[in-house]
Amino acid sequence: MKKIVILGAGTAGTIMANKLAKKIDRNNWSITLIDKHETHYYQPGFLFIPFGIYSKKDVIKPKKSFVPSGVEYIQKSVNIINPESNEIELADNQKISYDILIIATGSQIVPDEIEGLKGVGWQKNVFDFYTIEGTISLGEKLKTWEGGKLVVHLAEMPIKCPVAPLEFTFLSDWFFTKKGMRDKVDISFVTPLSGAFTKEQASKKLGNLLQEKNINLVPDFAVEKVDEEKNVIYSYDDKQVEYDLLVSIPTNMGDAIIERSGLGDELRFVPTDPQTLQSLKHKNIFVVGDAAALKSSKAGSVAHFQAEILEHNIMHFINNEPLQEKFDGHANCFIESGHGKAFLIDFNYDTEPVAGTFPVPVLGPFSLLKESRINHWGKLAFRWMYWNVLLKGFSIPGIKSKMSKIGKKLTK
Amino acid sequence: MPTATFGNHQVEVNDEGFLTDPTQWNKEIADAIAKEVNIPELTPKHWELIDYLRKYYTEKNDMPSIRFLKKNGIIPIKDLYSLFPDGPLKKASKIAGLPKPYSCV
Ligand SMILES: Cc1cc2nc3c(=O)[nH]c(=O)nc-3n(C[C@H](O)[C@H](O)[C@H](O)COP(=O)(O)OP(=O)(O)OC[C@H]3O[C@@H](n4cnc5c(N)ncnc54)[C@H](O)[C@@H]3O)c2cc1C
Repeated sequence: MKKIVILGAGTAGTIMANKLAKKIDRNNWSITLIDKHETHYYQPGFLFIPFGIYSKKDVIKPKKSFVPSGVEYIQKSVNIINPESNEIELADNQKISYDILIIATGSQIVPDEIEGLKGVGWQKNVFDFYTIEGTISLGEKLKTWEGGKLVVHLAEMPIKCPVAPLEFTFLSDWFFTKKGMRDKVDISFVTPLSGAFTKEQASKKLGNLLQEKNINLVPDFAVEKVDEEKNVIYSYDDKQVEYDLLVSIPTNMGDAIIERSGLGDELRFVPTDPQTLQSLKHKNIFVVGDAAALKSSKAGSVAHFQAEILEHNIMHFINNEPLQEKFDGHANCFIESGHGKAFLIDFNYDTEPVAGTFPVPVLGPFSLLKESRINHWGKLAFRWMYWNVLLKGFSIPGIKSKMSKIGKKLTK
Repeated sequence: MPTATFGNHQVEVNDEGFLTDPTQWNKEIADAIAKEVNIPELTPKHWELIDYLRKYYTEKNDMPSIRFLKKNGIIPIKDLYSLFPDGPLKKASKIAGLPKPYSCV
């Protein structure tokens, strides 16, 4: 009996387990899925919790309920991967050998990477919203906060869901307007990028929107340290921004086991072939989702598109065939812009987000790179899709893993 | 493709003024681009990084991140910012005749 081990039962690992369970020859292959946590969090929902739109119960389900029958699920932390002996070791020293390993350990915030961030103000007037604990305590804070300088600050790229910090900023504008206290809140968006976002056309559009909403954009700000006595963030070139309430998106990194196992780059992400999703170092290791060091966005939609490619390449690998299926970097993200509206962007390794329409049978047409109400409903409907369609390894009708140029206003 | 003239060298550049062919680069071009991005003179410290970036690019066909430079002891981030203020990696790559690094796209 040969063995596929999937490390991490988050978005990507769960989708892979469900897809492979349907495909694999069960007489010769077994699948084991491992994760240290009991609860699956719908992370895109973390964005809405501080504003009281979702609460904890809307974003959690037991991981077990997504494990397909015939797949062994182990709820333990993994200590180390030994690629030389094709083995992993669990926290209780139990060893599990594999023929194929799929790494899906994701990405997480590491506040300790920024000097002073976890100081006296942490969880008092300095918060994150990338963890369940962070987003819930930020929500509590916002209930009673009386206003002042709100600074949303992004430490360094890449981060998962690169649009989430902007969405948080737009939603803050809406939230304080609705509460009738927008005039008491001064909002700044501080980023190491030269504009609002990584991609040029989208960056201009979103930059204009920041201006319209009276939000200050502070670009080219590479944070060096936070002084939580003085409530100031400093950049390496000695710029400073004062805050009363700091919402920080700290450095994102892969899990510590990646480094411990000698498999990572300087951010503990695993160097991976951008098209086949095979590890660059070890032929029988594949990487899917945020854990991979790729130039595609770190997002749930991307993990899902990658899984559709990887499923085929794993089958090719098993059958000793060339890994024919190629990932094109496709990403598809809704951007909440507040007041019941949202943007939608769709892009890949070579094509940046442009305007147009996104034709989806039944659901669409969504408008691309343009604010609309239907995009907002699309974003909210995504939660249902996530739990009921994506995680179970099904495709969303009409949305393909390869980016389509239909409906896009491409200039080149 | 637009072209740009530095001294008596004509080279191909992209919309943002990055050389499209790193082999067309030479030290005079570097000096000229440096002036354009408000660095009046390239000191040996500047050159250390420029040479490092060119070597890295030739070997890996990719650009290092700021974090990589720090972690591998190539240069402390603080120094990087004082040598190439405002977007150091972008400026240094431009002067070195290399593509714009992905992390600041
Ligand atoms: C605030 C926020 C908003 C977002 N909004 C969107 C959005 O609107 N649209 C979108 O597409 N995406 C969004 N995302 C991103 C999306 O949630 C992630 O990209 C996606 O979950 C990545 O899936 P993954 O499987 O790679 O990682 P994860 O889902 O994070 O899963 C990794 C799993 O690995 C496990 N693990 C890690 N290390 C170990 C170990 N050593 N031992 C055992 N188990 C381990 C973890 O417990 C975890 O369950 C958002 C994320 C955040 C934080």
